[in-house]
Order: sequence, then structure tokens, then C-alpha cells
Amino acid sequence: MKPKNALKERRQINGNTLLLLITIVLFVLLYAGGCIAYGSKGFTNLQTFLNILISNAGLICVACGMTCVMLTGGIDISVGSLVALDCMLLAYGMGSWHLSAPVMCLIVLVVGVVFGLVQGFCVGYLEIQPFIVSMAGMFFARGMTAVISTDQLSITQDTNATFYGWANWRLNLPFGGVPNRKGIMIMPYIRVGVIIALLVLVVIFLILRYTKFGRSLYAVGGSEQSAAMMGLDVKKTKMKAYVLCSFLCSIGGICYCLNTQAASVSQATGLEMSAIASSVIGGTLLTGGVGNVIGSLFGVLINGTISSIVQFNGKLASSWPNILTAALLCFFIVLQSVFAFLKEKKK
Amino acid sequence: MNKKKITQNALFLPLVCVLLVLAVNVVYDISQGNPFYDFFRITMQTSASGDKLLAGRLVTILNRGSEVAILAIGMTLVVSASAGTDISVGSVMSLCASFCCMLIAGFGVSSVDDVAIPRLILGLIGALVMGCICGAFNGTLVAYLNIQPMVATLILWSAARAIGLLLCNNLIVYVRDEAYGIFGGYIGFIPTPIIIAAICIAVVTLVLKKTAMGMYVQSVGINKKASRIAGLNSKRIIFICYLICGLCAGIAGIVASSRITSADSNNIGNNFELDAILAVALGGNSLGGGKFNLAGSVIGAYTIQAITTTMYNLGVSSAVTPVFKAIIVIVIVAIQAPPVKAWFHKLAASKSSGKEAARA
Amino acid sequence: MENNIVLTMRGICMTFPGVKALENVDFTLRKGEIHALMGENGAGKSTLIKCLTGINDFEAGEIHVDGVEGPVKNHSTLDAQKVGISTVYQEVNLCPNLSVAENLFIGREPMTPFHTIDRKAMIRKADELVKRLDIKVDVTQNLENYSLAIQQMIAIARASDMDCKVLILDEPTSSLDDSEVEKLFRVMNQLKAEGVGIVFVTHFLEQVYAVCDRITVLRNGTLVGEYPIADLPRVKLVAAMMGKDFDDLASIKPEGFEAKKDAPMEIEARGLSHKGTIKPFDLDIKKGEVIGLTGLLGSGRSELARAIYGADKAQTGTLKVGGKEAKINQPLDAMNLGMGLLPDDRKAEGIIGDLSVRENIILAMQAKRGMFRQLSRAKQEEIADEYIKLLQIKTASRETPIKQLSGGNQQKAILGRWLATDPDFLILDEPTRGIDIGTKTEIQKLIIQLSQQGKSIMFISSEIEEMLRTCSRMAVLRDGAKVGELDGELTQERVMAAIAGGSDHE
Repeated sequence: MKPKNALKERRQINGNTLLLLITIVLFVLLYAGGCIAYGSKGFTNLQTFLNILISNAGLICVACGMTCVMLTGGIDISVGSLVALDCMLLAYGMGSWHLSAPVMCLIVLVVGVVFGLVQGFCVGYLEIQPFIVSMAGMFFARGMTAVISTDQLSITQDTNATFYGWANWRLNLPFGGVPNRKGIMIMPYIRVGVIIALLVLVVIFLILRYTKFGRSLYAVGGSEQSAAMMGLDVKKTKMKAYVLCSFLCSIGGICYCLNTQAASVSQATGLEMSAIASSVIGGTLLTGGVGNVIGSLFGVLINGTISSIVQFNGKLASSWPNILTAALLCFFIVLQSVFAFLKEKKK
Repeated sequence: MNKKKITQNALFLPLVCVLLVLAVNVVYDISQGNPFYDFFRITMQTSASGDKLLAGRLVTILNRGSEVAILAIGMTLVVSASAGTDISVGSVMSLCASFCCMLIAGFGVSSVDDVAIPRLILGLIGALVMGCICGAFNGTLVAYLNIQPMVATLILWSAARAIGLLLCNNLIVYVRDEAYGIFGGYIGFIPTPIIIAAICIAVVTLVLKKTAMGMYVQSVGINKKASRIAGLNSKRIIFICYLICGLCAGIAGIVASSRITSADSNNIGNNFELDAILAVALGGNSLGGGKFNLAGSVIGAYTIQAITTTMYNLGVSSAVTPVFKAIIVIVIVAIQAPPVKAWFHKLAASKSSGKEAARA
Repeated sequence: MENNIVLTMRGICMTFPGVKALENVDFTLRKGEIHALMGENGAGKSTLIKCLTGINDFEAGEIHVDGVEGPVKNHSTLDAQKVGISTVYQEVNLCPNLSVAENLFIGREPMTPFHTIDRKAMIRKADELVKRLDIKVDVTQNLENYSLAIQQMIAIARASDMDCKVLILDEPTSSLDDSEVEKLFRVMNQLKAEGVGIVFVTHFLEQVYAVCDRITVLRNGTLVGEYPIADLPRVKLVAAMMGKDFDDLASIKPEGFEAKKDAPMEIEARGLSHKGTIKPFDLDIKKGEVIGLTGLLGSGRSELARAIYGADKAQTGTLKVGGKEAKINQPLDAMNLGMGLLPDDRKAEGIIGDLSVRENIILAMQAKRGMFRQLSRAKQEEIADEYIKLLQIKTASRETPIKQLSGGNQQKAILGRWLATDPDFLILDEPTRGIDIGTKTEIQKLIIQLSQQGKSIMFISSEIEEMLRTCSRMAVLRDGAKVGELDGELTQERVMAAIAGGSDHE
């Protein structure tokens, strides 16, 4: 090893920052590409961007949770099924049990926490591989959805007026309007889910940065042994991460339901994939310890942009977004592996 | 002492599970007023076309369990060598089925009735090659790029099904050809999937017996570093395990698609990764890698099918069965978990010391 | 208790199953001194430290810490920290992905009234701390951006900031280069001036003499003695560690055992090296020769052997085997050239624990044959039985999992594994460690037998005596480099002098 001047070293390009940068550039390029190709169809409208946010509000919450779990070096592939379970609970609870919307939301959140507690206990205290635990969780949640109902349910004005009202509420933005064919200015709008999602994003960002719990997540992911040596409770931290993830999933489930206003057994399949891809693309390391939710937001946006482009094209098969996301994920995983290799070699 | 030996036998866990499932069935039959041996009855039924075919619940289990049994072979090797699971097998099955049907029917064709034999063979070989490619992809990521197995296979888990849909132009491709249907149908009076699974098991058993592969795989799974020093190419061995796992998925894909004489991308191989992993765990193999027992995995696979069939008989919806399987997985894995094991040891130790104290 | 003493350990005893790890060991640490704890492998250094930090429970003896009432018994590193004992290990136990400031304060961050971390206060405090110890870092940068030496110093800073009276440095310098060691010493001296007692565990002799005030030497779990640094010159220190006095120098090499001068070359290495472990070296080994590698633990003995064998692929240099240019990328290549390596870490790199004795013995032979040419079961059993008998491996049956055997028998099985491949050049890295005397002699005899059959042997051991018995030539290593060769009349005195280095070398 060459002796290096400590002060000089700090100007090194940090591989992790580089990953995030690549992501942001990729998003800008993708979006610009969409604007050029489908500008005439209205891709350049602000509303197109806001629609990405609206349809991915649930995913943003879920990706935040996924990021927290991945920071500890774990993974949770049960999120998609949990969202489906949440939606089904909401739809069935309001439709058949005639419970009010706030009560159902509360029940959904409690279910999320309990689900997270069980998974977190298995991972943290029983030391079972997170993948196995959450895979069992995935099948469990999906199966429970079917236990509640195998029908295609939808939430309408009749099912629950409150929830329907929330779902259709829109906040018009005071800028960025586009005149429609009749010459009336149509103002861009967002829905309640977007507000929830952005709120979640900000809160998680602050938790990760400014609380002991947040920093413990990073420490545990960086080196479990060191974290234990420095007096942190590794098991508890891991369990909390899974509880947080499932809780955020439930919030995401509510957002998801607000957007789709429907529930079925096969809902939100592949959402876990999008969430993991968003986190990884956003610079979260699969080995843990590095990443933040801002990156994950960009990951979600890239995901959404791909779907949007495929939608605007209209001719491409619906499986393309899935394939492209997986390809991107593969690319970033390999990139991470290469960075890790280079880092190792430097030592 | 004797008791201890029985519980330590490698096949103890799978056999207990089989007995448990059988017991449930027998109790159910008796409660329904059927003879208790109803479950074991094998009969000859005459099909609509007048052929005599084997029937009975045992036959159904052996028949329907073939795909999982084939997958379990590959999964066992992967788990043993890399201490991780290949969660892409279900999706790869679907992709291989789609590719096979696409090659037979031609791109964008949704249905064919009569197929020339060379075309059929092309399709079958294509499916197997596709399986190998997927396996090689996973193997490269795991063995040579050092990516955690489950994360590496996550990519194909999500993408393979979608690629399959793309290959079929978003259609369900039907190959209504008698020759194609045979792989999921009957040869003589025996269901073909049983024969295919038997051949796969026989071939792998033979390979394990006649070559040093079994020892290589276990050696790498137990101690990668020491294996390297002793001259094994650890990376290549792990790669080969994933390759075989992909090939098994290809075979299973052909069987599954031949059963329904079509390539239904969304349904073929759905949730099969859980079944395959469960089969390995039920077979008494540690998901932490190392020593493996192929017979256990195969028994595990059929046990799972028995569970599924039993639940079906009990009137549980097929969408709900994953709940039970998930619980079984967690319980089995939790029993194997180090903290739980340590707790059991402590319990046993305090019990025996308590006994000694009582004696004194 | 003298009032400048911060730590006393009296009569510490500790047994591992079957082994007496520590027997009646005393240790005393004074305020503001740097105290070296020395000993070869298995001497009990790390066990003693683990007793102190609460990782191991000792059976007898007492520990007293200044300012704490009564005897101290720690049950975890956290307990130890509470009474003022902090440890910094060779492997830095910090989180590389967090900033320097966070690593200094995690778990005890300054908080704002809103129960959030006061990042500004944390950075300010961290800055003060590193300035005090004269470490030049930007505390807001991630730890991984800094060299190992800096990371090591940050770990020391963290330890010293937690009201620490006793600071244990467990081989902190093994992966540092000279200038980094310099920096580390500055920090150590700074802390010493502040009155902290430092226990310094290392195997680098020069560093001991550069920075320490006092030396305690352990051997085989017992205390050899405590010496002020001036009273114990290098050669005497080596003797104390190795357990040989200079009067006891009788050579016991068997008669009529000498490598033929005109034997052909088996191994010719030129400028082989592996970054970070062994500097470029040249080495020739004749057919039928037993060459010993000597040097203290960590001097690069094993690393030299591993570079030849391809266990750590050599990055520079050329190697000729049997006169022919050889390219070794992985161990299998070396094996096909007739080499074998018995690694020193039996558990991590030797045995395949869950496999049977039979499988462990035939593994390398099978690997050489390739996967598809499996040895028949009968042949496997024959080979296994042959070596179980030849090496007198005590096992219930040849199908017993090897992890159930005792260490010595495991070692014999691994030795059998290599003998089965009929190697021309066999590297034995600490083959006799943890083995009873009788077996040791057997292995030594075996080595001589093999060399008489024309095989070349490379023999690595911490025990000079057994090397003198078997080797016809020795290569001496120090601090990751080959520094010389000894041939002709080998004596304990010469070897020790060579190992110790300094002015009296050769």
C-alpha cells in the first residue's frame, strides 16, 4: 500500500455517489427521450410527470420501506403481496363489513405492523435468511388475500363514500396549465396519494439522517459485527427495519388502493420487483449500508417513466416495462459488483 | 440411544411428513364414510377415447408432483453448492414453455393443430437450451460475479415470465398436437410425467454415483476455501449446479406446457419456486448448504404435491394453499435456525441435568 | 496496589476442552506505559486479552482495575468498556460506510432537545477529538475513504474518548506500512502522555523496540516473565518466546541425511510476490531436499508458500517446476505439476468438516483425476484404509465425519490426502501444531522418509527444534520478505539470530 496524504484522499470520487449520479442522468435522459419521441402526444405536459407520481405513489412508500430494509443488508420480497392484502382488506372491509374508511385504514396499518413484527423476529432473532422469511411472507399474504375473497372487488361511491371521496379528490396546481381543445386552461393536479407519499419520503429521509435508529440501520448494514462491538442492538435494529418496511407497505397499500379503487388476488404482482429495482437503481447497495430514499425516488421515477413511454407508444407489449426494469436491475447489480471488486482490489 | 439414531437419519423428516399427510387423508376418508384405504386405491379407468389409464389419488400425486420433483433435483444441487436458492425456476419454466410452443407454432401464431416431428423436436431442444441459458445466466452472476444467489436469480424471476409473454406475442399459444400432448399425457397406461421424472431422477442419481460430482458439490458447499486448496474449481462447480437447475426448469416447463397443450405464460410454473425450495427443506436438507440428500428432496417434492392434493380434497381453494405452505417453510427453517437449535440444546441440557439432580 | 498501576491480573487460569490455555498468568499494567505482550502462536496472548475484555470466562484468578472496587469480571466487551478497558483489533471494528464523526460517536451521539442527532455538535466534538490526537482527517468524510492506518487511529480515538484507562491494541499494525506505523506510534505516544496504559500485542520485533516500555512474554499458556525493555535484547526475547536457552543447543539431526549437491532443481522461483503479503523473493529447491521456512508468525512464511502453490496467485515473477516454466493460476494447476499444500489453518482451509474421513483423504486425488473419472468405491476405501493405517489415524470408522476427530487426527487425514496424490513437492505449513509429541516425531520421520524417496519438502514450523531435526537448509523471513538463507551446519543459535535480525544477523 502506498502511503497517502490523508488530506488528499478526501477528494476521491466516491463510487456510491457515482451510482446515484448515473441514476439521475439516466432519468433525465429517459424523460428527455420520451419528450422528444412523444412530445406531440403530450408527453411534455407537466401532467404527464404528475401522473407518474400519482400512479406510483404507493410504490414510493413501498420503495422507502424496502430501502430501509436493504440498508441493513436484508431484503423483503413480501411487499407486493402485502399491498394486495391491504387493498383486499380495505375493499372487503368497507364493502362487506361496512366499516368506515378511517377504521379500515387503521386496521390495515396494524396488520402491516404485526406482519412486520413476525418477519422481523424471524430475521433478527431467529437469524433466518431474510429472503426465505419474506418469500414465505409473500406467499402467506397472497394466500390470505385469497382467503378474504377471490373476487374482483371495486370501491365505488356506494361502497364507501368517504374513501371514494378521498380517492377522487384532486389538488390543482396554480401553474403549468395547458389549454385544451376548447381553449379552457386545464390546470395540472395531484391526488392525495402523492401528498402522502411525498410526506413519507420526507419523514423517512429525516429519520434516516437524524435519528439514532436511522444511523443504526446504516451501521448494521455497514458491518454487523462492528455495530455490535460499538454497543448497538443489532437484532432489535433489524426487527425494527422490517416493522418499518411493512408499516410503510401498508401506507403504500392505502395509496395504491386510492389510485386503483379496486382489489383482487393478483393485484400488485411484481411490485416487490419494482420496489427492489427502484432502491437498487437509486444507489442502495444490496450488501447494505449505503443508500438513501432520494435515490429510491429517482428509481421509482425511472420505473414510471419507462411505463409511461411504453404507454405512449401504445404498440409495445405490456411486458416490456417488466423486462426493462429487470434489465436495469441487472445492469446496476453488476455495476455494484464491479465497484465492490474495484474497491477490494484497491485495498 | 436408539431413538436418537432414528431422528438423526437423513430421511427422518421427509418420511414423518409423508406419514402425517397420509394420516390426514385416512382420517378424512374415514370421517367421510369411505374405506380407509381409499387414498391408496389404484384403479384402471377408461378414458373418453376408450384407453385404459391408471387412476387413483396416489397416481394423481405422483403425476402432478413430477414438475416439482424435477425442479427439486436442480434446486438441491444449487442449495448445496451455494447456500442460496434459485428463485427463478418457476419463471424459467414458463419461459421455456413459451419458447417451446413459439418454436413449434411460429412467432405470432396462436394455435396449431398438426405439427411435423422435426418442428416438434426443434421446439423441445429449444426449450432445453433456453433452460440452460437461464441457468448459465444465474450461474455467471452467482459464481463469477459473487452476487448473492437470491438477488441474482431475482432478475430472471421477474423478467423470464415477461420475456416468455413477449416471445408468444402476448398470446396463449396452443399446440393441439397429439405428439406434443404425450409429455403431459400417457404412454400406454402410465402418465408420462411420472416416467420423465423417474428418468431425470435416475440420470442424476447415476451421475452422482458414477462421477465425483456429488462429493465436489458438497465439498464446495461445506468449505469453499479448503476445496480450492484441494484442487477443486469452486466457481465452475457452482456454475454447473445453476446450469443443471436451469435445465431441470426447462424439462419441467415442457411437461407443464404439454399437460395443457399450450404455453400459458402467466400460469405455468406459478409459485413453483416455493414448492421447489420447500421440497429441498422438507427433504431434510439444510438451506445453509453442504451435505445433501437427493432422495429426501424427491420425497419432499411428492409430499408437497400430496399436501396440495389433500387440501384440494378437503375443499381448500388452490389460491389459499400457499398460506399453509408458507407456514410449513417457516416452521422447518426456524427449527434449523442456530438460535432455536441452541435453545433446544439448552432445554435438553437443563432437562438431563435436572434428571441427574433428581437421581442424586 | 501501587498507585500508578491501572490494571493487575493475578493467577489467571483458563482451560479449553482438553487444553490448558492459561495457567496462573500474571499481568501488570502501569499508568502511561506501553506494554508489549509477546508470544508465539498458542502462547495464550489472545486468550489472556479475551479474558480481560469479557469474551472468555476465566476459571480462576482476579482482575483489578484502578478506580473500581473489588475484582472485576467482565461478561462482554461492553462491560469491559464500562470499567475503562477498550480494545482495538487488527480488523478495524468500525463501519466503513459511515462518516468519521459518526464512527466516533455512534451509540452515544449528542442529541438535540427534539431527540434527533445534533449533527453539528457531533462534528464539532469529533473535530476536537481528532485534533487533540493530531490525526489529520475531515470528520465529515466516510471512513472508507481513508487508509487502514487512519481507520485504525479513528478506532483508537473512539476507544480513548470513552474514559479509557486501559487501551488494548491487538496486532494493529499487521496491515500497515512503515509510514503508517509511524503515524500510529505518534498517536500511541500522545495517549501515553495523557496517562493511558496501553497493551500492545504484535509480532513485529522492531515495533516493540521502537515504542514499548516493558515486555511480558507468554509461552504455552504460562508466564515466562516481565521485563523492562532495556533488559531484554532481541535475541533473548526470541529465545524467551521460543522457549530455548542458549545452553541447550545440541543438534539432533539424524545421521546420513543430506541432500545430494548435484540433485536437479525441483522449484526455481524468481521474483515471485503477492501484493500486501509477501515481497518479491527468489528461491531454489532441489529434488529430495527439505527446506525450512523460518521467521516469526506473520513474517510471511505461509504467504511465501501460498504464492508458489497459487493459493494466493503470485502477481509478479516466474516459476520453474522441474526445470520447465510453469504458469500457476489456481491450486489445481500446482497440483498437476506435482505440488501439494497442507495449510496452516486446518479448520478454514484444510478439512471439509461434514464429509467422511474417506472422502477427505481421497479428495485431492479425485480432484486431480477430474470429475468424470471417479475412483471406484472399493479403491477409495482401499486408499483411505491405507492412510488411516499408515498414519495411525484414530477414527471410529473411515465413514466418520472428519469434524468429529481430534485436531491431530484431522491433520493426519489431511496429510494423507496429500500423500495419496504422490506429490513431488509438498508444502507443510505447521503440520505439527496442536499434535502430541509422539505424533510429531512420526511426522518428522515421515518427512525425512519422503525426502529420501526423492521428494522435495517445504517445511514451516514455529518450533525451531523440529526444523533443525528435519531440514537441510532454511530460508529466513522477516516482515513479509525473505531476508536470507542458512545452510551448512544449522544451529539454534544461528537460526534465532537470523530471525531476530538486527546487527548480529549472519
